[in-house]
Amino acid sequence: MNTSKLKEQLPALLTQTLVVGAILYVALQLFHNTQANLEARNIASGFRFLTVEGGLPINDSLLPYSPADTYGRAFFIGILNTLFVSALSIMLATVLGVLVGVARVSSNWLVAKLAAVYVEVLRNIPLLLTLFFCYSTLLAFLPAPRLSVVPFGDIFINNRGVFVPRPLFQDGFGWVLLTLGAALAASVFLVRKSKRMRDETGRGLPSGWISLGLILGLPLAAYYILGRPLEFDVPVLKGFNFKGGMVLRPEFTALLIGLVLYTAAFIGENVRSGIQSVDKGQLDAAKALGLRPGPIMRKVILPQTLRVCIPATTNDYTSLVKNSSLAVAIGYPDMVSIGGTIIGQNDQAIEVIGMWMAVYLTINLVVSLVMNWFNAKVQLVER
Amino acid sequence: MSEQLKTFVPCPCCPPPTAAKGVILWLRTNLFSGWFNSALTVLALLLLARVVPPLVNWALIHAVWSGGPEMCTNSGACWAFIADKARVMLIGTYPQDLAWRPLAAAILFAGVIAATVSGRCKKRFLAGVWPVVLVAILWLIGGGLGLAEVDQSMWGGLMLSLGLAAVGIIFSVPFGILLALGRQSRMVGISSVCIGFIELVRGVPLITILFMASVMMPLFLPVNLQINNLLRVQVGIILFSSAYIAEVVRGGLQAVPSGQLDAAKALGLSKWMITLFVVLPQALRYVLPALIGRCIALFKDTSLVIIVGLLDFLGMAKAASQDQHWLGHDVEGYVFCAVVYWCICFGMSRYGRSLEKRGPQTNR
Repeated sequence: MNTSKLKEQLPALLTQTLVVGAILYVALQLFHNTQANLEARNIASGFRFLTVEGGLPINDSLLPYSPADTYGRAFFIGILNTLFVSALSIMLATVLGVLVGVARVSSNWLVAKLAAVYVEVLRNIPLLLTLFFCYSTLLAFLPAPRLSVVPFGDIFINNRGVFVPRPLFQDGFGWVLLTLGAALAASVFLVRKSKRMRDETGRGLPSGWISLGLILGLPLAAYYILGRPLEFDVPVLKGFNFKGGMVLRPEFTALLIGLVLYTAAFIGENVRSGIQSVDKGQLDAAKALGLRPGPIMRKVILPQTLRVCIPATTNDYTSLVKNSSLAVAIGYPDMVSIGGTIIGQNDQAIEVIGMWMAVYLTINLVVSLVMNWFNAKVQLVER
Repeated sequence: MSEQLKTFVPCPCCPPPTAAKGVILWLRTNLFSGWFNSALTVLALLLLARVVPPLVNWALIHAVWSGGPEMCTNSGACWAFIADKARVMLIGTYPQDLAWRPLAAAILFAGVIAATVSGRCKKRFLAGVWPVVLVAILWLIGGGLGLAEVDQSMWGGLMLSLGLAAVGIIFSVPFGILLALGRQSRMVGISSVCIGFIELVRGVPLITILFMASVMMPLFLPVNLQINNLLRVQVGIILFSSAYIAEVVRGGLQAVPSGQLDAAKALGLSKWMITLFVVLPQALRYVLPALIGRCIALFKDTSLVIIVGLLDFLGMAKAASQDQHWLGHDVEGYVFCAVVYWCICFGMSRYGRSLEKRGPQTNR
């Protein structure tokens, strides 16, 4: 009995040993080659370069940075930029994508056709081309700093970027934030309480309006009581460019617009397929209950849509994060762009590429963990 | 007590009210049903009125179609720029006096694609013709065996994009299928190697793979072995794409009903025969739409090779717009690129749809 079992398993064991052995052999060879090559080119391996002063300029950074900082700090700034642009794009693309998806199934012929054209155009053109296009048109159609467009207040739009006042937090602003936090916590509590009341008695509180009042009112009151502890650094035209304030440079804006437009087209298709998957009986039932089209969409169709479109949208989110690496092509200093510069300066390709991969793998893992948790939450509980 | 019986007398048929038929009915149901829809329609019309006339003005009415840079004004598109740079965008810096060779290759390529898409040729015939045509195209463009050789650094433009995509598809589909089979394999050693590869590659952006191919691969290889950049990048694209195709194919493998396997086993087929003749044909048919989607994505992704210094279609358009004589006309170049990319990708997706309808019906 035992021998016949062994006989059955022998071919499988042999193949596996052969395949894994061959892969190990090749890997070992590659390792030896790499060692020899690195020695021949005088490249020091290891991560010691991260503590070396880099001297590379970065013109978009969320934290204070100067060229005198180390390579490690520069790479860290790059990671922050990647995270920042990805997070912002994910939020905006989700909003636009849901709108597009709903418009695709609209009973309004014109709106549905416009959405279809949008989706078909954006999906069939490389993202890189969209980015180049956004960047070129932004630069071509925005005026020089002297002729800036001023939509309102101290906001200036020109071909150097969008200049907005930078908030300067004075003493006591922490208290305003604290009251905001308290208001948020209170409204979460209120919404839960109201839901429980409605489940038990059929009557709830107008919790939405009360929380809105709390969230807006409390911090505002604190702000004025504490003597307005917030000032603004207003951008001022000096010479050929604006000084002071905060700036969204055209590279960042183009990357953001391109990523949002491109991803929204894909999310829109997910939403459409989700909406179309909702059983027609659900719609009829909701209509029979006398619900109006708005509530039907919000309370009957979209919650069921979520179940279908979350897995596909998770994929789109992770590919958005990966696509943000195209920043390197239009000069926004994300992690890949800064890492590329480091490779160019000191040839530490293996370490930098390893760091890229580690960071992207981590981000993608986190995104899919969060989305899987969300997915598990909205799935139908079947008996 | 005679109660008169009431009989039902139907009214004579009236024609429907004019508002309930024809154009007016269509307008009512599709554009102006309710105040909300009417508002949306008006908004959409306003948007179109803002966007379309300036666009038509720019692209057609005020456009300049021929002549030099001095003819172009700022009010319209400068299509003369495209006319002047068309050759570079299509075939890169390929020598001008040998331009007939890419042209012949393009005709050959278009012919074999037409034969495939038309669906009139036998599959066996096509499977034989494709490799022959590809080798012929490579010979025409690269030279050798009687033709003057053209160095790969001169290949560029749309020719390069199409070439990278075609070779990428041809190699990554079989490799992806192998990976998917490996992932589903019961042998732990093989399946973990495949899972590791697929997840690692899918977790990182294509750009880092391209950087790896272009910067790191020379470090991995023996000192005396030199592979040119184009080939390295092509290998990177194939590895990247095959990981995604593997996941697509896995979906198809999971969809094959287990009864099929049992039936094949009952017939006494060997493992390899079952995989080749029973499982794979069904699995691939299930995932054909997704597979075509991956091919389109691969074609779009070839535009990233610009980042490691190869001048493909998009790269050439960008480079052309930096020409001293034609400064400030990059938008026209990008519009031209977008139209060409769009036509090819949209055509591929339409072909995919038609394949779904044409193939034998699946039992799903």
